[in-house]
Amino acid sequence: MLTDLMKRELLAEIDRTETRQAACIEALQIVQRHLGWISNETLREIADFLNMTPDELEGVATFYNHIHRKPVGRHVILVCDSVVCWIEGVEEILEHIRATLHIEPGETTSDGLFTLLPVQCLGACDNAPALMIDEELFTNLTPARFDEIVAAYRDGKS
Amino acid sequence: MERPLTQHIQPGGEPLSLAEYEKKGGYQALRRVLGSMTPRQVLDVVSKANLRGRGGAGFPTGTKWESVPEGAPKPRYFIVDADEMEPGAFKDRYLMEGNPHQLIEGLIIGAYTVEAEAAVVFIRWEYTRARKSLRKAIEEAYERKYLGGNILASGFNLEVQLHVSAGRYICGEGTALVKSLAGDRALPHAKVPRQTQAGLWGKPTILNNAETLCNVPHIISNGPEWFRTLSRCNDGGTKIYGASGKLKRPGLWELPLGTSLREILEECAGGMREGLRFRGVLPGGASTDFLVEEHLDVAMDYDSVQKAGSRLGTGTMIVLDDRTCPVGMVHNLEHFFAHESCGWCTPCREGLPWAAAILKALEQGQGRAEDLDTLGQLTGRLGPGRTFCALAPGAMAPLKSALKFFRADFELHVAEKRCPWR
Repeated sequence: MLTDLMKRELLAEIDRTETRQAACIEALQIVQRHLGWISNETLREIADFLNMTPDELEGVATFYNHIHRKPVGRHVILVCDSVVCWIEGVEEILEHIRATLHIEPGETTSDGLFTLLPVQCLGACDNAPALMIDEELFTNLTPARFDEIVAAYRDGKS
Repeated sequence: MERPLTQHIQPGGEPLSLAEYEKKGGYQALRRVLGSMTPRQVLDVVSKANLRGRGGAGFPTGTKWESVPEGAPKPRYFIVDADEMEPGAFKDRYLMEGNPHQLIEGLIIGAYTVEAEAAVVFIRWEYTRARKSLRKAIEEAYERKYLGGNILASGFNLEVQLHVSAGRYICGEGTALVKSLAGDRALPHAKVPRQTQAGLWGKPTILNNAETLCNVPHIISNGPEWFRTLSRCNDGGTKIYGASGKLKRPGLWELPLGTSLREILEECAGGMREGLRFRGVLPGGASTDFLVEEHLDVAMDYDSVQKAGSRLGTGTMIVLDDRTCPVGMVHNLEHFFAHESCGWCTPCREGLPWAAAILKALEQGQGRAEDLDTLGQLTGRLGPGRTFCALAPGAMAPLKSALKFFRADFELHVAEKRCPWR
């Protein structure tokens, strides 16, 4: 359900754009910030709010990499799997994540804490391999450093 | 050596505030432009400086600005491409995180020159630090009346918005980016009429890369002759070169445009890490052709790199060493491009996953001798002129050149039925 707060944020965005539809990419991001992901029901509500058909908005929502159309965990781990991180050994990091969190890319840990997703080059190639957790960038990854980072999030860092 | 773009940036430090930027001479160029120059005069200065676009295509900035037809309708739009999604590129991030006002000042001067009253900074979601620094810089610039109505009492108005993209490489294609700003899937569309005639909302639209615009205040302050002396070639200015891969000191450096590959890789980046040898380099990001040892003395400027068979692109280099599998590297690249294809035109939508699947099979020891011919054919069929935009031809650049320079490695994968590097 879109709350009043979300609607206010959407209206502020609509104010800046030529058409209501032009606000849709920001709108999806705003609602996702509040709800974590975009369910079918939410998508219909946003589409309605922007005078779009659900199909039109679905076309946009599924086009862009950072709109989640499935539920995600409390934290999203975005591992860069582009070329420089690959050269610098991201496969080993991914193997380590699989072994320690017991999830494949696209999956969420059973405690609902972490979702693992691949991401395109993060522009941190001079300090590869790199990943993001939510909006935070971590570089020069090793399996040991990954464990430290994840431990901090488990301890409640948000 | 002068480093106008990066001289005030503290690596790893806080971005320059408005007050700090002004103390270093910031916004003096804007004051001069609005106080004493016509748009035509600004255009002449930028044209004479031989500034070429730093986003990849290398189009002359003056020519682009001039291509807005006289008397063209308004409002006109000015867009900063700060989306930097080319794998291997991290130069715009550095400039935006370190000195955001330099970009904002360049943007205002550019908008004034083409008489645009609305501007958008189009930035990728992943650049959280740059988003924050730009948001703050835009707020500060509004407070100080460098943005908004009647800027510095000149009668010029400019509103700037930050658009955070939800992530798609194809937004680097100008016509696709404009679709994205209209709240649509970012599908490229016909380039006629040009965007400078009919772009965002059908109005004249200028799109410049972030690094390109950072040069503009310096050109105004120091003159086009000074700008041309910064480089070692006909095109003016410095370039932010980046280098990554298994080098001793990966990083980025502001150097004269036209500095040689060897100087950048050996002197700045310290050469290869212990025990490794250089095998090749993508000189300008993922969508450029490999250059190899024989090219190390090539000057990294637009014309020289093109003559050598590749593109300067973003000027951020990705190095291949002798312990990394070239087939695996190209597989990674094609997997990326296949994922980022917008799906609109058939050769790209179908061809890129096909190329990626063949490369994956080679890596897994299931390659067949005829696969190399198929890959070769794909580089032609997805090449320039065969697809709707430049994505697939860009994707074919590293593959085609890898087949040329590292053919024996591909053949070894077929002959041994495995990846020899694993």
